[in-house]
Amino acid sequence: MGTSFGRGGATDFQQDLAESDCILIMGSNMAENHPVGFQWVMEAKARGATVFHADPRFTRTSAMADRYVPLRAGSDIAFLGGIVHYILEHERWFDEYVKAYTNAPVLIKDGYADTEDLDGFFCGWDAEKGAYDSTAWEYAGTSMKSAAGQRSQGGVRGNQAGHGGAAGDFASGDAPELDETLQDPRCVFQLLRKHYQRYTPEMVEQVCGTPKADFERLCEALCDASGRERTGAFVYAVGLTQHTTGVQTIRTAAIMQLLLGNIGRPGGGIMAMRGHASIQGSTDIPTLYDILPGYLPMPHAAAHDVLADYVETNAAPNGFWGNMDRYIVSLLKAYWGEHATAENDYAFGYLPRITGDHSVYQTMLDALDGKVRGYFILGENPAVGSANGKLHRRAMANLEWLVVRDFSLIESATFWKDGPEVETGEMAPDAIATEVFFLPAAAHTEKEGTFTNTQRMLQWRDKAVEPTGDQRSELWFAYHLGRRIRDKLAASTEARDEPIQRLTWDYPTSGPLDEPDAAAVLREINGWNAQHDPLASFTDLAADGSTACGCWIYCGVYKDGVNQAARRKPHWEQNRFALEWAWAWPANRRLLYNRASADPEGHPWSERKKLTWWDDAQGKWVGDDVPDFELTKPPSYRPAPDARAQDAIAGDKPFVMQADGRGWIFAPAGIIDGPLPTHYEPHESPVRNPLYGQATNPTRQQYQRPENPYNPSRGAPGASSYPYVVTSYRLTEHHTAGAMTRTLPYLSELQPELFCEVSPALAAERRLRHGEWATIITARAAIEARVMVTDRIAPLQVDGRTSHVVALPYHWGYEGLSKGDAVNDLFALALDANVHIQEVKAASCDIRPGRRPRGAARPALVDSYPRTEAREGREAQ
Amino acid sequence: MTPADAHDTYGTRARERVGFFTDTSICIGCKACEVACKEWNLVPEDGLAFTGFSYDNTVELSANSWRHVAFIEQSAEVGLAPNMAPERGDVPQADFRWLMESDVCKHCTHAGCLDVCPTGAILRTEFGTVVIQDDVCNGCGYCVTGCPFGVISIREIAHDGGAHKCTLCYDRLRGDLEPACAKACPTGSIQFGPLDELRARARGRVADLRDAGHTNARLYLASDDDGVGGAGAFFLLLDEPEVYGLPPDPVVPTRHLRSMWAWAAAAAAALAAASRIAAGGRR
Repeated sequence: MGTSFGRGGATDFQQDLAESDCILIMGSNMAENHPVGFQWVMEAKARGATVFHADPRFTRTSAMADRYVPLRAGSDIAFLGGIVHYILEHERWFDEYVKAYTNAPVLIKDGYADTEDLDGFFCGWDAEKGAYDSTAWEYAGTSMKSAAGQRSQGGVRGNQAGHGGAAGDFASGDAPELDETLQDPRCVFQLLRKHYQRYTPEMVEQVCGTPKADFERLCEALCDASGRERTGAFVYAVGLTQHTTGVQTIRTAAIMQLLLGNIGRPGGGIMAMRGHASIQGSTDIPTLYDILPGYLPMPHAAAHDVLADYVETNAAPNGFWGNMDRYIVSLLKAYWGEHATAENDYAFGYLPRITGDHSVYQTMLDALDGKVRGYFILGENPAVGSANGKLHRRAMANLEWLVVRDFSLIESATFWKDGPEVETGEMAPDAIATEVFFLPAAAHTEKEGTFTNTQRMLQWRDKAVEPTGDQRSELWFAYHLGRRIRDKLAASTEARDEPIQRLTWDYPTSGPLDEPDAAAVLREINGWNAQHDPLASFTDLAADGSTACGCWIYCGVYKDGVNQAARRKPHWEQNRFALEWAWAWPANRRLLYNRASADPEGHPWSERKKLTWWDDAQGKWVGDDVPDFELTKPPSYRPAPDARAQDAIAGDKPFVMQADGRGWIFAPAGIIDGPLPTHYEPHESPVRNPLYGQATNPTRQQYQRPENPYNPSRGAPGASSYPYVVTSYRLTEHHTAGAMTRTLPYLSELQPELFCEVSPALAAERRLRHGEWATIITARAAIEARVMVTDRIAPLQVDGRTSHVVALPYHWGYEGLSKGDAVNDLFALALDANVHIQEVKAASCDIRPGRRPRGAARPALVDSYPRTEAREGREAQ
Repeated sequence: MTPADAHDTYGTRARERVGFFTDTSICIGCKACEVACKEWNLVPEDGLAFTGFSYDNTVELSANSWRHVAFIEQSAEVGLAPNMAPERGDVPQADFRWLMESDVCKHCTHAGCLDVCPTGAILRTEFGTVVIQDDVCNGCGYCVTGCPFGVISIREIAHDGGAHKCTLCYDRLRGDLEPACAKACPTGSIQFGPLDELRARARGRVADLRDAGHTNARLYLASDDDGVGGAGAFFLLLDEPEVYGLPPDPVVPTRHLRSMWAWAAAAAAALAAASRIAAGGRR
């Protein structure tokens, strides 16, 4: 999303789904996992919208949809690429929108070569490095960079891409070479057409198993909900992202929505349904290693000695990322206050540097190798929730110390005494030296603060009750830990301790527990000027050290000294955007890029889909939402040749974070694995890639080591031992790794046991009986589950053979009221190279009737795979 | 006693009759109603058993489950909605739909449980709803057999021994709050309000659904003429009641009481007459 549109967040808000004429929900089980937001889908349906659900399983969402469209897990890009093909083939794109607002007319450099030319590779592939040199994907006449950060410094793998916008080094705020007729073979539009020329409905049927008639009906409906009068929305969740092609799958959806003219318009957009209460907040103010608050890149040790280097390599000349110096200096002022001065480069040297991939999976592998001494786990349960759980439990058993903060005694805190490996004899508690500290955490009702929800909205919540016993809030923990560390370092004269000694760490506390004031933290995040008055907008930020701001995109949340996130004006007392209910970033804009709801001249595309438009009399943009555009920049504005930052964006370019102001159909920078999304098979797949010789994403991150074995795939020796697709999912009744729900009787009784969903055909093939047990096996683990034989799972015909899927909800572990094996133990570490997301939505497996073995026989069963004919014969005797 | 008699009992304290309209066509099966009900009313957990009945591990209404979401995985033969059935011969599971329905005590106009309760533990409230008074109930179990829907049972756990069922959140009604299940329902499948308003709304909804091709859509227990005199909690179903495990033509067992007593009296009179005749014959 960041690469395509400029911001890494949902472009729309859930209530706006009610305005849609057609909704495609894909890779999301919204009715089950976002039941409250789903009311707006139901509302749209009641108003006459057509709702489609495309998924490997018929779920509670499918039951509510007008039509359910089946597809094979892991074939999403082929499916969405097929929609793109259909739009192009039937000339159904929104022509004026595409020409004016997307980079379809932009010419790409000579010498660009596509996957169609290179059998699954783009040009620039370096087989030795296993990475692309993306310079050949650039706009003709430019050199490009990702707008919020150079993403591949020094060839180091694992720098994060896909969060921020993207930039180009061009003078006047638009690409230098354009073909408005879309005919030039080097223009993005023609490259797109060529790239997807073979993604026909027949190919979709062959790759995805989706019946052609179903697929074409969906395409037709999407195209019908496009144009001046109508819009369609796209909804996704981790069913699309947890793949080795995760980022590119969302890119395909972005291309589809840009072609149909659905971004920035009412009832359009792409809704990213986040999986946790504040997962959007945890990337805005990140728990990620490679970005700073507001998607500013983390400085790199090899490249960013001084602030000027950092700004030079990361800031885009055009668009709002052109103000990166203001954002980073204000952040440094928030961190180090009076100690951040022009003389010391605003304490830029105090910031930590990254040297490579420090993501969670890499860190756990390092722990396995004894390179990590200590580890904090807050709000995570890797012993259950992470792919290849056994690897994580082993890695944690190799730490010196481990701090686990949670409100129940989760598996990640007890693996050393009760974990599966203890039962199998692979680990012994007295041989594990890890010192585990379990610190009870306060629940959300016992602390105050904000959640940033799926639609970028910060909602303040008050504390209902005081935490009991030793339970403490995260804020308490972080603040007092920092305070104590500072106390210990107070007398140090080491230069390395200066950043901690000088950090502004002075939040007021109150009450018997010395609870820090969360509102004071929010005030700091909002930022203030030299007089300590709250700032109103990120446009007030300065690069001269006169402003401090903890997260530039959140600037305005404490506007006028008022906690805007705590506003609670009911929706029936205001318009449908409910601008006085809480606060959304950026600048309380609810529907992003809403300049695109008007035509290039600033008039609404239609009365029906009116949202933001230019009012000549007032000389500004008006409408019901906050315009996502400079308020007084007229549609006729054209940048001067030497214009910079937002001044370089023309008055008819809605994507203000992008260097060219255009939505990116083609991503010339900012993406590691290609400028256009390409169908690759999952890392583990029973089938070949019918489209290309290169079967899998060549840039995917693999970890070839004994703790992370892979199933043989695609006809390799042993591949037939793992003939089925396995996918994981969630149920309404439980939450993620289960720590919050398996401990509650009212939820546990609703879904008391792990089960696997299989089709009647697979049940017959493998002699599985409804209600009894089955054992599911991969190269990593063998787990058991109750069998749920159901017509909701259908075998599909893929590439000339029957494809079966085994579907498993991943909520269980061995602790709690409701216990079960951990499903994610089945999956391997195989990651998307852009964001290091693990592939747990599609892998290969075997399934057999009966419970799994106990004790040492359990790993022995795993090791008995792949099955050879000789071994099968011996066992049969 | 029926809701119409509430005025005689409560006088000026009598309130407009309220109830539930459960529109199953928009139920997403999230079970928020079940959880909200248990949380508010302190209904105990009653077993962590995997049933294999689709996503339904509650199975039935009982003393320990006052809301129950039924899940019905249904194949084509039984008349599918047009969005699923036609022109889909090419789709593997074309002939399939998944119905969900949140069931609850019906708060009948003629309530069998209330009629048969010997202790007076069950009463008709000023809202026209039917409530069991925990502290009066002696656990005799007559109401269990008196209910034509199988809503009530005796709570065997926690040394309770009493009969329990939905109170339509009587305590919340007294505080001008809607019942917990309706409050928690995210899609408006459970609607709470004055019964007359709900019935009017439901009739409109059925008409809309039928126009949209759901020819089997119907209201259940929304008529004063049915076997329980209409219910305070009625339903919009997309198929026959039996599909959801509901009795197709429920009749309050006490409905025939008058005629039964009349017949019994007639029989007694006849017997008496016969015995007189017999005695007279001997005379």
